[in-house]
Amino acid sequence: MNSKELAEIPAEVLTKLGQFQYEEEGGFPVEHSYIWTTCAATENGNPLFWNDDIATELTDGPIAPPTMLSVWFRPHHWSPALTEPAVPLKSHFDLKKELDLPEAIISSNTMTFHDPVRIGDRVRSRQVLRSVSDPKTTKLGRGRFWVIDVEYLNQNDALLGVESYTAFGYQREPS
Amino acid sequence: MSTILIHNDVTVGDTLPELGINVTATTVVLGALASRDWRPMHHDKNFAIERNGTKDIFLNTPNQAAWFERYITDWTGPTGRLGRMTFHMNTSVFPGDLMVFRGTVTGTETDATGCGWVDLDVTLMVGDVTTTTCVVRVALPVHDDDNPWDRSGNNWHPDGGNGV
Repeated sequence: MNSKELAEIPAEVLTKLGQFQYEEEGGFPVEHSYIWTTCAATENGNPLFWNDDIATELTDGPIAPPTMLSVWFRPHHWSPALTEPAVPLKSHFDLKKELDLPEAIISSNTMTFHDPVRIGDRVRSRQVLRSVSDPKTTKLGRGRFWVIDVEYLNQNDALLGVESYTAFGYQREPS
Repeated sequence: MSTILIHNDVTVGDTLPELGINVTATTVVLGALASRDWRPMHHDKNFAIERNGTKDIFLNTPNQAAWFERYITDWTGPTGRLGRMTFHMNTSVFPGDLMVFRGTVTGTETDATGCGWVDLDVTLMVGDVTTTTCVVRVALPVHDDDNPWDRSGNNWHPDGGNGV
């Protein structure tokens, strides 16, 4: 296939629009060590994440930085039960295959934060494909933009947040 | 406790203190691992060059979000509560870059529930290049005894919906 002549969007992709996919529970409860590692990685001294007294006063106990919403869903790189490498945001990688666009970047990301994520929470997520664009050409190559929402809920079904990813899948131009 | 920024103390046009960070390979790899992102373009230079066509490994998306959060809550103090954050990445941030965060207040409002909101435009720049832009909505206390973290359900409208 010529890189400038993308195939039509397959019917199997169109039927996914607006449908929840991959409803799943995170592989482990929300834990403090990843919170500290994230704060260390960004030199984040917010006392809410380092001082239990302040966390108790302001948020009724320790919470995770809101932007860590997706961290609790990223699969282990390896585990005994896995037969192949696990990938997060599976619907994104499905699209890369189904649209025959082997390379992709996330071009924008909107996160909306609701109830705080607390230590020990068991977080559930579900993904939904919102849109797939007509073919576009960018400096990266020829491809399509798509939007995927990921909703996060806790063990009490309270909404914790929504992440909306806009991705561009593309074919690299021959060098 | 740290500085507490009160909603009434913020005015459209205010600027946030600039933050500069020298990015190293450790910055990139630590940030990727902290966010459980094992993809090789964030730790394997050869992969990044050969498969992604970039000059080196680069900061991953969740870690950039965490950097923006840190920058904003440095300014607000711990009672600042993020409501919504949208960012667009124009190009990547690599080891050897000096990334500089700058922010400007673009709006302030108190919604129908009494929650005080501030809108910010934040940029991440490397040299003269804007690598990432970020639009943020953050809640601040409207008085000394107010705490945005106490809000939930019908009293919390991070998307600017019914409460505005």
